[in-house]
Amino acid sequence: MISLKELVKTFDRSDSSHRALDGINLEVERGEIAAVVGPSGAGKSTLARCINMLERPTSGRVIVDGTDLTALRERHLRDARRSIGTVFQASSLLSRKTAAQNIALPLDFLEVTKKERDARVAELLERVGLADRGDSYPHELSGGQRQRIGIARALALRPSVLLSDEATSGLDPATTKSVLAMLSELRDDLGLTIILITHEMDVVREVADRAALLEDGRIVEEGLLGDLMRDRNSALGRSLLPHPTAHRAEVGTQVWKVQYVSDHVDPDWISRLSGEIGAPVTLLAAAIETTAGQPVGRATISIPATDADRIDRLLAGYGIYGEIESDSTAALVEPELTGVA
Amino acid sequence: MLATVTPINELPELLLPALRETLTMVGVVMVLVVSLGTPLGVLLHNTGPNGLFPRPRVNAPLSWVANLGRSLPFLVLMATIIPFTRLITGTTIGIWAAIVPMTVAGIPFFARIVESALRQVPSEVTDVARASGGSTRQIITHAQLSEALPALVAGVTLNTIAMLEYSAIAGTIGAGGIGFVAITYGYQRFDTNVMLATVLILVVLVQIVQFSGDRIARHLKKG
Repeated sequence: MISLKELVKTFDRSDSSHRALDGINLEVERGEIAAVVGPSGAGKSTLARCINMLERPTSGRVIVDGTDLTALRERHLRDARRSIGTVFQASSLLSRKTAAQNIALPLDFLEVTKKERDARVAELLERVGLADRGDSYPHELSGGQRQRIGIARALALRPSVLLSDEATSGLDPATTKSVLAMLSELRDDLGLTIILITHEMDVVREVADRAALLEDGRIVEEGLLGDLMRDRNSALGRSLLPHPTAHRAEVGTQVWKVQYVSDHVDPDWISRLSGEIGAPVTLLAAAIETTAGQPVGRATISIPATDADRIDRLLAGYGIYGEIESDSTAALVEPELTGVA
Repeated sequence: MLATVTPINELPELLLPALRETLTMVGVVMVLVVSLGTPLGVLLHNTGPNGLFPRPRVNAPLSWVANLGRSLPFLVLMATIIPFTRLITGTTIGIWAAIVPMTVAGIPFFARIVESALRQVPSEVTDVARASGGSTRQIITHAQLSEALPALVAGVTLNTIAMLEYSAIAGTIGAGGIGFVAITYGYQRFDTNVMLATVLILVVLVQIVQFSGDRIARHLKKG
């Protein structure tokens, strides 16, 4: 279990000081995968460096399994860092050491016996499915294999928390998927708590249980993935499930974007809506998928009607949230605007 | 004064002891330079803004001293530190007297080479070592110096060649070695054979050092 309390990090510059983290609070349960997302410059990498104590926070606390890491003196910080395994960006292996030697690095630093070290390295290579690549140098491995070695190295000292700092950045989609599947599997097998720092929404959708949106050094939204997606006011929820690209609607219609997170919605809601309002409802785009165990539907529809309140009520009755995307019904009244859909 | 040219068959007798002296000078100097310049370079890098323990108050004077050592032309430096040389070796001529100024000139030179080699190691490498629980000493040896090794070998090559050159300069003021022979026989007595032979030896030495240095550096670099 890891919790961040009122974490602040400021960087002093010659003329001013920059507040990179501005009071971060985050609780992650044991065995949970939490993702911190945000645009570049939001403070993601500073947050990662404060969690694994590569940077000392200016104030606030990082508590891992009941130990406040920020309260430790410099020489105990080494032990503190060992309770968190960090997976860095894809290329951060030592180029002159073999895969096995890279994995052995934290064990060598801890000065464990050679026998113990070799046994652990073999076990870890097996764990990440690269038992036969121990003697390969990083340049002889693919990006995905390098990242697996990075994960194995992060696990070497059996940490309770794994911190992934943009670990899948720069990997192709298939490799990203396999690395994420491995993280998810490790969580299941070892009960690891995982914090994913990422700018990729796909990564969050793929494995996270919990997500937090970081903007300008603050967490502006945070919650379980299912809750975020059900919450109609959640910007994070919406960006987790972007609407598919829609056809252009005909002039004189209202375009609605609708979404639902539930398996109780009548699959035939479009014809029901059409029947109730007595007008054809055109489907412009739609997607249904399962995310965090929840069936999620998104659609863009056009309706030749103007009574928005009634549509809203009807949709809500089906368990669907809808909002008007664009409205060109006025164009029928003011013909000179035709074409400005 | 007429030029007396040393016959070719007498050249080895003259040049081999000189070559041995040059190799001794450069060898001893390089051992001292690497063993003293490396820690200095490590300090220069790690007290700097991107180092493991940034200390501007240590870095600035250190950097200043390193620059001072390199800003004097070698001939001037050699003359300047004669009292120091005499203090250490008790003499101002011969190869041991040349080793002192060569080492003094070589250390800051190599320290800067080490510093720039360490600067080229990606900062993520240091982060990885820190996050893996390494002590400062472990991070420096396992991550920084180990990753920089090919660049360090290239630096030793460069430095060795510079020291060969310095040994020839030192030779002009009586340090012995190939440089001394070149100046006393080749230059002052217009002995063309000796002149050409010393030039040939220096060229071959530099080529050998460069070739082996490149080979080793390439071998150490994985991918």
